[in-house]
Amino acid sequence: MAVADSHDTHDDHHDLYDHGEFIAHHFDSAEQQFDSGKLGIWLFLVTEILFFSGLFVAYTLYRTNHPEVFEQAHVFLNKYLGGLNTIVLLFSSLTMALGVRAAQLGRNKNCSIYILITMVCATMFLGVKAVEYSHKWDMGILVRSAFNLTYTHPTPTTEIGKALHISDYLVYLCVVPALLLAGFLVASVISKLIDKGTLAKFMIAMAITVSGYFLGVCIGIIFMNATEGETGSTHASVIAEQPLMLMASTQDDHAEDDHDDGHDHDDHDKAAADSNHEGEHADHEEHFGAHPADGGEASFDAHHPDPSTLSRDVGIFFSIYYCMTGLHAIHIIAGIIALAWLYWRSLLGHWRTDYFGPVDYVGLYWHLVDLIWIYLFPLLYLID
Amino acid sequence: MSDHHDDLPAFCHPVSTKLLFGVFFGLIALTIITVATSALGSALGMPPAFAFPLAMVIATMKAFLVCAFFMHMWWDKSFNVLAFLSSLLFVTLFIGMTMMDTGEYQPTIEAFDVNNLANVEVSE
Repeated sequence: MAVADSHDTHDDHHDLYDHGEFIAHHFDSAEQQFDSGKLGIWLFLVTEILFFSGLFVAYTLYRTNHPEVFEQAHVFLNKYLGGLNTIVLLFSSLTMALGVRAAQLGRNKNCSIYILITMVCATMFLGVKAVEYSHKWDMGILVRSAFNLTYTHPTPTTEIGKALHISDYLVYLCVVPALLLAGFLVASVISKLIDKGTLAKFMIAMAITVSGYFLGVCIGIIFMNATEGETGSTHASVIAEQPLMLMASTQDDHAEDDHDDGHDHDDHDKAAADSNHEGEHADHEEHFGAHPADGGEASFDAHHPDPSTLSRDVGIFFSIYYCMTGLHAIHIIAGIIALAWLYWRSLLGHWRTDYFGPVDYVGLYWHLVDLIWIYLFPLLYLID
Repeated sequence: MSDHHDDLPAFCHPVSTKLLFGVFFGLIALTIITVATSALGSALGMPPAFAFPLAMVIATMKAFLVCAFFMHMWWDKSFNVLAFLSSLLFVTLFIGMTMMDTGEYQPTIEAFDVNNLANVEVSE
């Protein structure tokens, strides 16, 4: 691949049709190449949607059959952190769209700035996600097989965790980004010393990108503390106020197995399932009222819920939650790598009004990742 | 709408920054609405059965904005749009077919007697 000059090619508009350095020889024209690439990326996005749809099937099945579990599980998710992440991701979509526009107009410098902002937003998203994940892991909210809810935060054992009052898991999740940050800073200094200007610029941008992760972690912690309080989190207080909330419905499952099976599995109609769901909800309300008054039933200890029924119910929700958000996070990481490649090519000044395909294609992928989050957010966080 | 640039090749349609920012603020507004209805919905007297469809309608409106304008689908070749929409058709089929099948093994589950495993009839 030929290397173009590293200046902004904004001024080179006039001679764009006479040389097509990035037009592959098997294409007749820049337009044919662009259209082929675009069809290709759309087909890839179709496979991505179908890939995610498997998880949406798992979600739909479990939610229609066990709506009460979703009622319980949602108290463990912080909708304000989820909302913050949604806004960060939407903003990154805006800067990506602006980056595509800049590339279409051949404005390489603007394009590189927009792509850098997009990458920083992406790592910020991951930082906030790390705070959310570590908070849950701390409390033993894990996938079905490892689910072990403790309701309390263990005291950190690592030195950094103790010093900053953060979860050990968060410290572990920051190890790789910290190493990457150090690596990129060293690389930028070395490339500066050996007089590789563009490479130094790229490495500094990557260091900025990775620091976005730590910015996300800080914002996530601040948000978490602001919305859940230093000691008692929302869910802890909900559980403290209504200690039977989780138990009431797990007990329902035992006591009303026949009743449950009767309505949950025979109704395929969504509306019917919804109305049942309301009915169950009403049942639970009665339980809440009834149990504290009669001191709870003998077989049931409010302070030590049976972990096996808890894990069966809420654990499966969190298996689905971790699969969906985890797969989404993997897509974000892949997106960052693709964006870094675009950033490098923007620095080299590759984009022209007849050659901006890669930016457009990665942009489409990035918007799809955003699109999936648009659905994940209300499905997982906004259950009420 | 796209900016009109005479000197651009036919396949290059930059979207005006005004439109992009407009779409972004629309998306933010919808996000705030969906969080607000979720947090305050029951307080405002919204029936609980209404919350889920409302959240999905808002999400679909957001998805439309992203697809149409950020992903340039509004100006894209109709074949690409068709490919994308066909994926939604297959997702619907996937979820729909699976949902129709969920009750398939229910009689077996109901016949399963946990307290007396010796009595379980193994049905083919």
